[in-house]
Amino acid sequence: MSSDLLGRVDLTAEAAELLRRLTAQHGPLMFHQSGGCCDGSSPMCYPAGEFMTSETADVHLGDLAVEGLDAPVPFWMSAAQYEYWKHTHLTVDVVKGRGSGFSVEAPEGVRFLIRSRLMTEAELRAFGLV
Amino acid sequence: MTIYAAPGSPDSLVQVQPRYGHFIGGNWVDPKKGQWFENISPVNGKPFTEIARGTAEDIEAALDAAHAAAPAWGRASLAERSLILNRIADRMEENLEALAVAETWENGKAVRETLNADLPLAVDHFRYFAGVLRGQEGSSSEIDENTVAYHFHEPLGVVGQIIPWNFPILMAVWKLAPALAAGNAVVLKPAEQTPWSILKLAELIGDLLPAGVLNIVNGFGVECGKPLASSPRIAKIAFTGETTTGRLIMQYASQNIIPVTLELGGKSPNVFFDDVAQERDAFYDKALEGFTMFALNQGEVCTCPSRALVQQSIYADFVPDAIARVEKIKMGNPLDTDTMMGAQASNDQLEKILSYLDIGRQEGAKVLTGGERNVLDGDLAEGYYVTPTVFEGQNSMRIFQEEIFGPVLSLTSFTDEAQALEIANDTLYGLGSGVWTRDGSRAYRMGRGIKAGRVWTNCYHQYPAHAAFGGYKQSGIGRENHKMMLDHYQQTKNLLVSYSPDALGFF
Repeated sequence: MSSDLLGRVDLTAEAAELLRRLTAQHGPLMFHQSGGCCDGSSPMCYPAGEFMTSETADVHLGDLAVEGLDAPVPFWMSAAQYEYWKHTHLTVDVVKGRGSGFSVEAPEGVRFLIRSRLMTEAELRAFGLV
Repeated sequence: MTIYAAPGSPDSLVQVQPRYGHFIGGNWVDPKKGQWFENISPVNGKPFTEIARGTAEDIEAALDAAHAAAPAWGRASLAERSLILNRIADRMEENLEALAVAETWENGKAVRETLNADLPLAVDHFRYFAGVLRGQEGSSSEIDENTVAYHFHEPLGVVGQIIPWNFPILMAVWKLAPALAAGNAVVLKPAEQTPWSILKLAELIGDLLPAGVLNIVNGFGVECGKPLASSPRIAKIAFTGETTTGRLIMQYASQNIIPVTLELGGKSPNVFFDDVAQERDAFYDKALEGFTMFALNQGEVCTCPSRALVQQSIYADFVPDAIARVEKIKMGNPLDTDTMMGAQASNDQLEKILSYLDIGRQEGAKVLTGGERNVLDGDLAEGYYVTPTVFEGQNSMRIFQEEIFGPVLSLTSFTDEAQALEIANDTLYGLGSGVWTRDGSRAYRMGRGIKAGRVWTNCYHQYPAHAAFGGYKQSGIGRENHKMMLDHYQQTKNLLVSYSPDALGFF
């Protein structure tokens, strides 16, 4: 089974709707998963290209296809952090709240949030994790 | 026992205005775009005041005020600056109870902590920098008999500071005191979850500083923090928060070629060796409290000892004693001095913690105590409370590797010192750590072996000024809480002076 069919990251309908609204305001977007203090462990959403990713320091986990958007929204994580996260599948969701950091959704009174589940055997095999 | 009245209520020590503008140039000013946002108390989940929603225009106004004030403040004598910092400390101390109540209402933490830790530490921090400033010396070096190199400390000018929400006043003071002592003017952006208590502090001390030396602009990160962090008009940016924003701030700083200091959190190990349980004495009791320290400030501390490593040979006895101690944590109204643990700072923080309780269970970690949201009675039912939680599992699990920033402890065992060190260092971060043992040599070896900026040895969660605080690895850059932070807010000026009348002879 190819890894194109199985994703490492997905999004909820609410997150997709929010991405459509935010894209209308900010243009194409990207995610970079944070770690550490305060709002660490939250996915940060920026205008595409605002955050410099690196081929060595980051992993591109996937592209989130959002109906109604021309381009999918790429999802990145630091390579070191990915080593500790790679056995889990991530879903971008939205909750009421107010994140700090420079993530573009904060003024909307909502916050992107990661929900996680363990990968299935098929997923682990597809991503070469067994 | 005292239960403080909620700020804004008739009996409260703390007045609440309907709205708070920015504090710029010594004045309270409305946001230029006329937008405001609600500030919510996590104690009851309800909004209680409105705060200016700042934008790039407000940041520019604050930078104008700061640039106007910086030259004179930078030239002020050390005695003068030191005196002002001491006056700030005195004013805070005289109003400590009210500030503590305001901080609890803002952040949700138990008032026993704000009364006995946050505010006393903040007061002392101003006094510390008022003191070490007077003791700081430049240097002179005799290069040869006619040539002398003089080194002077000079302020950077105008600096930007972005403050986290877990200790809104104390973390602001950790950054403000050294910056002001060193002679800089500051534009400070509080966290959008906790914008108000710092303004209560500004109400109290604003008149003590020359206008424009301290400027506070509130708002959302993308609208207000980014224009500050990316401004070519700041000479340095300081940030406490998470790694992605830390990288973004470094990226902006690289474009302006300015220095940064960053404090980005950790996943701190707290290591308990078998000799801790040799006796059931005062030290054993202290170690049990040390285990329970993960619940301080509801776990919303960058150095939260969120990984407990207990030696296998005492595990069966020590862990039940420790869990019993955790289960004695009294939750309730944060404004009650008997309450030990209060509310998480925001709804999204609560949601994030719950998502970790979920993945912890999925990964097969065993819940030894807690593990759920705690819905309190009456008016507090909509506050953001979580039961202190202990998971037993393996260091490879995500709950052992990510900063949950909640009252959640991940517990595992080790067989010997080498394995303890290996597990302790198997993390992306290196901010805090704890070692508990009656063996001084072992404490020393572990302390030097752990890759973290702070190793609490037979203690935890003490933050006295004059003990350097900062991270190894991905936990950041710089050392706060110590006179060495003055250097992070200063330039070094070298005058290389010749006292010889003779030409060098090249031309």
